[in-house]
Amino acid sequence: MLSLTIYISFIGALVVAMLPAKPSSMARILALMVAVAGLVVGVVGYVADFGKGLVILTDKAWVPSMGIHYLLAADGISRTLVLLTGLAAVAGVLFSWNIELRTNEFFAFFLALIGGVYGVFLSYDLFLLFVFYEIAIVPKYFLIAIWGSTRREYAAMKLALYSFVGSAMVLIGLLAAYATSGSHSTSLIALHAAGLPVSFQMWCFPLVFIGFGILAGMWPFHTWAPTGHVAAPTAASMLLAGVVMKLGAYGCLRVGIWLLPHGLDPWGWSFIGIGSWRDVFAVLAVIGIVYGALVALAQTDFKFVIGYSSVSHMGFVLLGLMTLNQVGITGAVMQMFSHGVIAGLLFAIVGRIVYERTHTRQLAELETMHLSRRIPFAAWAFVIAGMASMGLPGFSGFVAELQVLIGAWMAKPWWVVAAGLGIVVGVAYTWRAMQKAFFGDGKASVHDLEQERAHPFAAITWPEVTGVVLLASVSLAVGLYPRMLLDQIEPAVKALLAGGVQ
Amino acid sequence: MNYADLFRVTLPETALEIAALLVLVVDLGFLRKAALKTRVAAAALLGVAGCGAAFWAQFWAVTHGAWTFGPEGGHAILINIFYAGAAQSGILVLTALTLLLLMGATFTRHVGEYVAVVLMAAAGGLLVATAQDLLVIFIGLELLSLGLYILTAFAKSSGKSAEAAMKYYLFGGMSAAFLLFGFSYFYGLSGSTNLTKIQEVIAVSGPSPLFYVAWILVVAGLGFKVAAVPFHLWAPDTYEGAPAPAAAFIASVSKVASFALLISFSVHWLVPANALVRGTSERYLLDVYRTWPQLSTILLVVAAASMVVGNLAALAQVSVRRLLAYSAVAHAGYMLLGIAVHPHYPGQGNPFDFYMSTDSAMLNANAVMYYVLTYGLTTIGAFGLVDVVERATGSDRMDAFLGLHKRNPALAAVLLVLFLSLAGIPPLVGFWAKFNLFAAVLRAQAGVVPFTLVALAIAFSAVSLYYYLQVLKRAYVMAPVDETPIKVNHTTMLVLVGIAAAVVILGIFPGLLQGWIEAFYPVI
Repeated sequence: MLSLTIYISFIGALVVAMLPAKPSSMARILALMVAVAGLVVGVVGYVADFGKGLVILTDKAWVPSMGIHYLLAADGISRTLVLLTGLAAVAGVLFSWNIELRTNEFFAFFLALIGGVYGVFLSYDLFLLFVFYEIAIVPKYFLIAIWGSTRREYAAMKLALYSFVGSAMVLIGLLAAYATSGSHSTSLIALHAAGLPVSFQMWCFPLVFIGFGILAGMWPFHTWAPTGHVAAPTAASMLLAGVVMKLGAYGCLRVGIWLLPHGLDPWGWSFIGIGSWRDVFAVLAVIGIVYGALVALAQTDFKFVIGYSSVSHMGFVLLGLMTLNQVGITGAVMQMFSHGVIAGLLFAIVGRIVYERTHTRQLAELETMHLSRRIPFAAWAFVIAGMASMGLPGFSGFVAELQVLIGAWMAKPWWVVAAGLGIVVGVAYTWRAMQKAFFGDGKASVHDLEQERAHPFAAITWPEVTGVVLLASVSLAVGLYPRMLLDQIEPAVKALLAGGVQ
Repeated sequence: MNYADLFRVTLPETALEIAALLVLVVDLGFLRKAALKTRVAAAALLGVAGCGAAFWAQFWAVTHGAWTFGPEGGHAILINIFYAGAAQSGILVLTALTLLLLMGATFTRHVGEYVAVVLMAAAGGLLVATAQDLLVIFIGLELLSLGLYILTAFAKSSGKSAEAAMKYYLFGGMSAAFLLFGFSYFYGLSGSTNLTKIQEVIAVSGPSPLFYVAWILVVAGLGFKVAAVPFHLWAPDTYEGAPAPAAAFIASVSKVASFALLISFSVHWLVPANALVRGTSERYLLDVYRTWPQLSTILLVVAAASMVVGNLAALAQVSVRRLLAYSAVAHAGYMLLGIAVHPHYPGQGNPFDFYMSTDSAMLNANAVMYYVLTYGLTTIGAFGLVDVVERATGSDRMDAFLGLHKRNPALAAVLLVLFLSLAGIPPLVGFWAKFNLFAAVLRAQAGVVPFTLVALAIAFSAVSLYYYLQVLKRAYVMAPVDETPIKVNHTTMLVLVGIAAAVVILGIFPGLLQGWIEAFYPVI
C-alpha cells in the first residue's frame, strides 16, 4: 500500500511533464493532487501499520542470477519518514504556487525527486536503495540550475557532484559488501545475516558512512548545503533541507549502522580520546552543531542563516546516531522528522513569503522595511518557526533534541556539553535573524510611510497560509503529543539495535 | 576440413558481402539518374536488409548446430557461439542502426560505395569476433580497419575529414604492423597460429621473455583498436573529422569487434577456459595459473591509464565530438578492467577444483559484452543527435546545444537519456552495465588491486558526470541564442527515440539483454 506513493509520484511527474506549458494552473493543480495523494497514502499506511514491525510491501525477483530483488518494506522508521516526505511534498507544491517560468517542467522534476525519495525510504534491497538514491540527484540539479537564484549554476553543479561522489563511495561499499558476502543477494536482510568479517566492516563502514554523510551535511563535507539551499528555489530548498538531507542520515542508519555494526567497535588504541569510528563521527557531528551555529550567527543573508542552521540541526541527527543507545537513536529519527518540517517552514517563510515581496534577503536591508507591520503574517509565522527551531518545549524540536542529549549523556557526557553550546548559539542566531528581519528598531519616517502606501506588498495568498498552518500545526502536534511518532519509532529502533549493535 | 561447414559458419559474412555487391549494382546500375535522397534511402534500406539477412543467417547457424569450424580433431578456427555469437548479432544490429542514420545525409554523392564499404567493414568485424586463429584475426582486422579509414575520409568537401583519415590510417597502419610482428613471434614460439594451440604449447614449455615482448606488441596493436591510453591519440581527431554516420560506426561496431577479440585472447590465455573441454592434467593447470596472471598486468595498467586520462581530458573539451571521443577512451578503460581481472589461484588445494569453482571467465566475458553492446547503442544515438544539431547550427561545439529543450523538446529528452546513461545514472542501462561489470570483476578476484581499480573507476565515473552535465546544462538550463525550431528527418527521429527507449527499458529490466546474451551458450 505504501509503495503506491512511489508510483503515484513518478507517474504524476511523467504526466505533468507532458502537459503544455501555457496554462500553468493545470500543472500546479495536478501536482498538488499528486502530492496530496501521496500524503494521504502515507498517512493511511502509517495508521494501518501502527504497531506492526517490518512489513514487506513488494518482493519481486529483478535480476535473479545476481540475487537482486525489487524489495520494498517498511518499519516504523521508514513509515515516519514517508509521512515527512508527504508533508514536505504538499507544502513544497503550495509554496511554489506562483512559479510561472516553465511550470510543468518544474513540477515534473519536483515530483520525480519526491518519487526517488519515497523509493529510498521504502527500499529494503541495497541495490534498489542505491538506484532510488541516485535517481534523486538529477532532478535536484535541474531544479536549482533553472529556477534558482544566487549563483545557481555553480550551486547546482556543486550539489550534483558532491551527491554523486557520496553515492560513488556508497556504490563501492555496496559492491564490496556484495562480493564479500559471496555475491548471493543484495537484500539488506540477507546482507545483515551474512556475517561480514569484522576487518572488512572496519574499512567499509567509514566509507559508506562518509558517503551517506556527505548528503546528510556532515562536517566537513557540508559546504554544498548552504550554497545549494540558498541558490535553490523555495520548494527545492524545503525539499533539500527537509527531506533530501534525511536520505543521507537514513542511509547512515540503515546501511551504515545496521549492516556494518562492527565498524563502530573500538580500535584497541586511542588518540586524544578518539578510539573508534564512533568517536570520530561523534566529534564531527558535535563540530557540525557548533560550527554551523556559529557561522549562522555571522551571516548577513537571511537564507544563509537558515542554510547553516540546517547543517547545525543535522549535526544533532548524526550525534544521536552515534550514541548507539535506544534514546539517542530514537531522538535522531525524531529530529529527522522534526527538522524536516521546521526547515521546510523556515525556508518557506524566508523564500516565498519574505523574498518574493521584498526582493532582498540582506538582513541590513530588511531591517529598514518594518516587516512586522507590513506583513504581520510572516512575522507571526517566523516567530513560531523560530521558537520551534530553537527547541522550545511544546514543539517537536524539543522532544527530539532532548532525547538526543539524554542519549549522548549516557554515551559520553562531554558530547552533551558541546552540543548544549550549539543550542545556546542556536537561540542567538535565530533571535538575531528574527529581530533584524522583522522587528527592526527605527521609527518609520513620514517619507517611508508614503512609500509603503504607494508600493504595498502583495497580499498573503491562500497556498501560503495553508502551507504555514500545515507545517506549524504538525510540529506543534508532535511536540505536544510525541507518542504519535515515538510509538512507531521506538520498536523499530529497538529491533535495529537488537540486531547486533552494541 | 569440411568446406560446407565453413560455408555454414560464415553465412552472416556471406550475406553481408552479397548485400554490399547488390548495393553497388543497384546504385551504380539502376539509380544513376535518381535524386540523392532516393539513392541514399535505397542504399541504406538495402544495407539494413542485408544486415537483417545476416542476422537471420547467424540465428539459423546457431540453432542448427553450425557452431565451430576447424580441422577434424583439431582446434576451432572460427566459433559462432558464446560471446562471439553475441558479438556478431550485436555488430549486425548496430550496423543497421548506423545505416538508418544515413537518411538525409548530404556529405557524399557516392552513396553506393559508402554503404558497400560499411557492409564490408562489418563483415570484417564479424570475422574478427569469431576468429580463433591469428591469421584469420589479422585478415578480419585489416578488412575492418581499411574500411574504417575509407569511411573517415568520405566527406570529401571537408578538410577535417581528410586530415582525420590520414592520421587514423598512419597510426592504424603502424599499429597493425606491431600486431603482426607480435603475432609472428607467437608463431615462432609455438609453431601454430591457433590461439588454443599456442596456449597449450607455451603452458608446457613456460613463457619466455620473447613471449612477453610479443604480448606487449599485441597489446599495443589491440589497444589502438579500442582507443586505450597511450594508443588513443587518433580518437579525438577521427571522431571530430569523420562524417557522423561513419563516426557512429567507428565508435560502436569496431569497439564491439575489438572487445570480442580481446575476450578471445583473455579467455584462451589469461584463464584456461577450454581446459574442461580438452581434458587436462593438474600440472598443466598449475602452469597456467602460475604464469598467465602476469600477462594481465599490462592490461590493468592500460585500463587504469585510460580511465584517468580519458575522463580528465574530456573535462577540458569544448567540442561535443571530441568530448565523446575522450569519453570513449574512458569507457574502454572500464571495459579493459573486465578483461584483465581473472581469478588468482591461491596456491594450495587441487587446481582442478579451483578451476571448477570459479567459472568467472565466461562471467567476465558476458559482463564486458553487455557493456560494449549497450555502450555502442548509446554512442550511435549520441552521434545521431550530434549530427542533427550540427546540421541545424553548423557547429558541434557545446554552445550549439543552447536552448535545445525549446527548439526540439523530444531531441532534448533523448539527449538527457543518452548522456545520463553514459554517466552511469540509474535506472538507465549505462548504470547497470557498469554495476554488472564491477560486480563480475570483484567476484573474480577480491584482492587489493582489483578493488582499488574498481574504486578508481567509480570515482572517475563521478568525474565524468561533470562534463555530461555541461552539455545537458546547455540544452536545458542556459538561455538560448537562437530559438528557431530544429526539424529532424522522420527516420532519424524514430531511430533516436527508439534508442533512448531501449536505453531506459534495458536499464529497468536488465535481465532482457543478459538473457539474450546467455542464449548463445548452448548446453554442450
